[in-house]
Amino acid sequence: MRWVKRHLLPAYAFLAFCYLLLPIAVVIAFSFNAPSGRFNYVWEGFTFDNWVNWNAPPGIQSAVVKSLEIGMISTIVATVLGTLLALAIVRHQFRGRGATNMLIFLPMSTPEIVLGASLLTLFLNRQIVTGFGTIFIAHVMFIVSYVVVTVKARLIDFDRHLEEAAMDLGANEWVTFRKVTLPLLAPAILSAALLGFALSIDDFVITYFVSGPTQTFPLFVWGAARVSVPPQVNVVASAIFLVAVLVMIGNVLWGLRARRAREAMPAAVPLPKPLTTTEPA
Amino acid sequence: MNLLHRHKGATPYLLLLPGIVWLVLFFVAPLGFLGYQSLQTGTFDTGYTFDWAFSNYWQAIQDYHEQFVRSFVYAGIATVLALLVSYPLVYWIAFRAGRWKNVFLILIVAPLFVTYLVRTLAWLNILADEGPVVGLLRDIHVLGADGRLLATSFAVVAGITYNFLPFMALPLYVSLEQIDERLLEAAEDLYASKRQAFLRVTLPLSAPGIVAGTLLTFIPAAGDFINAQLLGTPKQYMVGNVIQSKFLDVLDYPSAAALSFILMALILVGLIVYARAVGTERLTG
Repeated sequence: MRWVKRHLLPAYAFLAFCYLLLPIAVVIAFSFNAPSGRFNYVWEGFTFDNWVNWNAPPGIQSAVVKSLEIGMISTIVATVLGTLLALAIVRHQFRGRGATNMLIFLPMSTPEIVLGASLLTLFLNRQIVTGFGTIFIAHVMFIVSYVVVTVKARLIDFDRHLEEAAMDLGANEWVTFRKVTLPLLAPAILSAALLGFALSIDDFVITYFVSGPTQTFPLFVWGAARVSVPPQVNVVASAIFLVAVLVMIGNVLWGLRARRAREAMPAAVPLPKPLTTTEPA
Repeated sequence: MNLLHRHKGATPYLLLLPGIVWLVLFFVAPLGFLGYQSLQTGTFDTGYTFDWAFSNYWQAIQDYHEQFVRSFVYAGIATVLALLVSYPLVYWIAFRAGRWKNVFLILIVAPLFVTYLVRTLAWLNILADEGPVVGLLRDIHVLGADGRLLATSFAVVAGITYNFLPFMALPLYVSLEQIDERLLEAAEDLYASKRQAFLRVTLPLSAPGIVAGTLLTFIPAAGDFINAQLLGTPKQYMVGNVIQSKFLDVLDYPSAAALSFILMALILVGLIVYARAVGTERLTG
């Protein structure tokens, strides 16, 4: 009985992980499937062909390229806008703070379908032609809030003494920002950008409403799902997955190294080293 | 001297300006247009005219209350299931996984790295009629000889639960991870049983995570149409499916806009009631 009790939780965790990871395994496995007919539902044999000819289905390559392009430019713009917003909110007193916070919080708590539908009515009513530009506008809009949340969290535990030290040493505000604030914020800004990029290339719902004739990778999958999904879709999804996991692992390792470096230092501001030292190197 | 006092005047507004302008133009203004559109009458071919047609709302509720109810029921079940699946899992990671915490955390968010549509389609493979799961369930007579999982409410709810589970698990993890284990030791020193320590200390302290996770799961789940479309049939359609087809296939914009507004209003009302019950700081803080 005690044995059961002790192993109940790990066993449950194991099963839950199986549930979470099973579809991923299926996606990757079926990227190596060699379906005889049009449908890639049943396992029929192993092949590398889908990986070698990943761009064989017409339209898949340009869709992937579009997703990457939109992901990159909308992430850059949203990261800049979001970081500025976070700086203003955490570091300044101003009128309309509550309203600003609300404006940033609301897009995250509105269902995507409402965001997409409302943007489409705007574009229809103002006779704006939907396509690459409107997808870009929409992606920046929904990424900004996530950037603000990510950067804000880091800014709140920011050690202001470092900036004060720089200014005491004669740096002006801009130099302090560039040489002290920005480097220390860099990991948070990078995480925010990665999150934004991931959200952008994965977005289907909003993009579906505002895409016009432009096709991103999720839209390609949707179109394919109405007829039959080629195994190359699994190839692209698996590739995106592998890259994302590698980046994530890199990010975690980087964070660990930074933490170790901080812990190794006696204080936030390094003291001048004595000439004779007995510390081990 | 504090930086806060140095920055005066225009700086905060200059920092705010670009982001706020973007959000006002492309989040607030579109909602205004959506509201305007929802009160129009007409057809796509003849054009629409604005005439305070509140009847669109009444009509939308009359025609589609079934899909509204289904959306909220499915989203509610999926949220509860996601909480039940992820709480013990995340608890185990926070308190028992030791130095491997980060690795397990990556495993939890891993599904998010597979394109949303593709991971939903993977459930088509898993739950397929000729697949192993259905085969097993038929063999042990849980399902009849021609019983299926696809095209049922079960498949749709399972898909929604799976897709939004990481949004439940992450905030839960954050709140469990922050719990000072000395509090649990103190509870045991004061003769609390394991169960009492959990119910009186751990569970209340993880409440912020439960609240955040519930919202992050429920809101996107209630507006979802992909799971119903790919794993279900029109019998499982949710309000998202109706909005999507009215906007993009039928081109009945006023009615689609009214439906979107009702969905958003219901979620906002729910959010406010929920915020009142649990305290606002936990929501935006």
